Amino acid sequence: MHKRLRMVVGAALTTIAVTAALAGCSSGGSGSASGSGNASAVTAALKKGGTLTYWSWTPSGAAQVAAFEKAYPNVKVKLVNAGTGNDEYTKLQNAIKAGSGAPDVAQIEYYAMPQFALAGSLSDLSQYGFDSLKSKYTSGTWGSVDLDGKLYGLPQDSGPMAMFYNKTVFDKYGLTVPKTWDEYVADAKTLHAANPNAYLTSDTGDAGFTTSMIWQAGGTPFTTDGTKVTVNLQDAGTKKWADTWNELVENKLLAPTPGFTDDWYKQLANGDIATQITGAWFPGVIESGAKAGSGDWRVAPIPTYDGTTAVTAENGGGAQAVLKQSKNQALAAGFVKWLNSSNDSVNTFLASGGFPSTTATLTSSSFLATKPDYFGQQDINTVLAGASDSVKSGWSYLPFQVYANSIYADTVGQAYQNGSDLNAGLKAWQAAIVKYGNQQGFTVTSK
Amino acid sequence: MTTVTRPVAPVGDPAVGRPKRRRTPKDGGSGLREKKSLPMTAIMIVFLVYSFAPLFYLIVNSTKSQDDLLSTFGLWFGSGFDLFANVRDVFTYNGGIFLQWLGNTLLYVVVGAGGATFLATIAGYGLAKFRFIGRRLVFAVVLGSIAIPGTALAVPTFLLFSKLGLTNTPWAIILPSLVSPFGLYLVWTYAVDAIPSELLEAARMDGASEIRIFFTIAVKLLTPGIVTVLLFSVVAVWNNYFLPLIMLSDPRWYPLTVGLNQWSQQASGVAAHPIYNLVVTGSLLTIIPIVVVFLLLQRYWQSGLGAGGVKE
Repeated sequence: MHKRLRMVVGAALTTIAVTAALAGCSSGGSGSASGSGNASAVTAALKKGGTLTYWSWTPSGAAQVAAFEKAYPNVKVKLVNAGTGNDEYTKLQNAIKAGSGAPDVAQIEYYAMPQFALAGSLSDLSQYGFDSLKSKYTSGTWGSVDLDGKLYGLPQDSGPMAMFYNKTVFDKYGLTVPKTWDEYVADAKTLHAANPNAYLTSDTGDAGFTTSMIWQAGGTPFTTDGTKVTVNLQDAGTKKWADTWNELVENKLLAPTPGFTDDWYKQLANGDIATQITGAWFPGVIESGAKAGSGDWRVAPIPTYDGTTAVTAENGGGAQAVLKQSKNQALAAGFVKWLNSSNDSVNTFLASGGFPSTTATLTSSSFLATKPDYFGQQDINTVLAGASDSVKSGWSYLPFQVYANSIYADTVGQAYQNGSDLNAGLKAWQAAIVKYGNQQGFTVTSK
Repeated sequence: MTTVTRPVAPVGDPAVGRPKRRRTPKDGGSGLREKKSLPMTAIMIVFLVYSFAPLFYLIVNSTKSQDDLLSTFGLWFGSGFDLFANVRDVFTYNGGIFLQWLGNTLLYVVVGAGGATFLATIAGYGLAKFRFIGRRLVFAVVLGSIAIPGTALAVPTFLLFSKLGLTNTPWAIILPSLVSPFGLYLVWTYAVDAIPSELLEAARMDGASEIRIFFTIAVKLLTPGIVTVLLFSVVAVWNNYFLPLIMLSDPRWYPLTVGLNQWSQQASGVAAHPIYNLVVTGSLLTIIPIVVVFLLLQRYWQSGLGAGGVKE
């Protein structure tokens, strides 16, 4: 598809977004002063009612809104799909910059959360006592919304990484389910040698995947303290991942199919792509997108470097946040709380194929006992819930990660395209990140 | 080219009752060479394939269900014929949002392209047929604006509109569409040749007001030029993507281009739910009106392109 055009347009859009990014930093104080609300204000607002605008691209959004309006008849929620992911962030950033037009509540993925939170565009939900909800969520997701001691949203879903693999292909070519990354690379070689059309996995260079893989390898390339940012895309963890993945990149063992394209779905269905290392939300995607692969797929824990201790990272997933621009933040907070903690809403979300962030759901017997036909009646949620327990802590994204990801293709993406050393690409990415961050008023140090 | 033999466009309503002219008169002495050239024919065939391949892909794949789309060969028909089911789904998916997008596109085209054509016509006529101070400056500005692509202006326009509070409204699409420097320039050059100044003089002598002269004489003489500008504007607004993409956040105001992209984007990310069959069928439906407009008005397009190319 028009990947290139999309990239160009994306880059152009990001340019607007980023001019706004730091502008938000200075004007972030607008809106009601934080700390003014309290728990009873939320209850009162829900009772009094009002109208909210909610930006989300979640498929279950409409059903959740309908259920909410039924439970709170005085509140009207206007659901707007302002675009998926980056498209929405651009519009959100533009509206923040323009000073009007932002919704009351927005869906924001974890990787983009610091960009909006640290720029002061989001309301601190701890003023409504929502910090007491901490025990309801997995630590991985809570850590993504609890930044600098402030609570910027409530987690909706999570994406602890696991390995999804096509068992039919594994059986046919006699591959063993890899426990370590070395075994994974060996499988990749065996499969591609046996069938030149088949690849163990696809990866044409995706910033979200790269950062998650560095996370799993124990890297912490981005650290932020106020406006001071340190970038080190050559730390031990990052290098560990890059050196392993180089084996696949340099030997051309990765399917040259960009993710989420029609070709990609096609190859997932016919077995030409045999595994995906990705978030626990993947079953919903593959079941709806590659129906012909039903029965072939299974899930296993993500391979590790030492093969003993289970360790994984989060990939994808996001939260709902209240915008400071909102005129009715208490009501918006009430909606977010219902949306991401009430059983009604969470169950609606699950039914649409989402993967939860709430511990009650992750440990419930009905959830764990789900055995989808697509996965040959494997109890996949047991594996995936296990993954959510072994997410490595201590990771953080850049306060301008959305922009950083948008220039990933020009740097690390080049290494993928040329089949050359990823470390060189990572260094180029780091240089671009540092340069940009400094231009935006951050003090970015390169390590 | 027809324009060569017909320097001044015929007066009267050209859309009705004008006999179809043969493109190449077969009678002798027309001066048109009829020489067959093998390399030229080959190049034309390559061009034809190049132009038709995407259309062919679109037609073939709009007959497939989402599953067939992924499991069958891309350049030939699949196992089932789901065109009608796809069309029905396109119009009903998400509460019939496609119809809303179609309506928006029509609104932007009618008001935006129609307005652009009207403004280009009066301005072009005025510049061609009236002498006034600053005319050369206007000429320079208009020529300069043609050189700036609309995409480059989109971001400044956005910032301007957001100050005015016009983003996320239909005005954000319509107002920028109203300005067409290229159309103005086209009408201008066309008007210089197509409207004899003597005719205007005669009308003035007879006591006709300038407004009446414009609407009863100039517009009719300019019709081929106007239709050409209209065609250019309609195509431009119909295909407008970047401007609505950054201006609009509410899907209820999206035109088809941005809406279809939203459907396409739905296939990626955490909650991916691919509906490529609807994207393909929706794209096919989206190009049908523009193809029809083009076929109906193409002879004006040709004569318009030739305008100004011949000196008498």
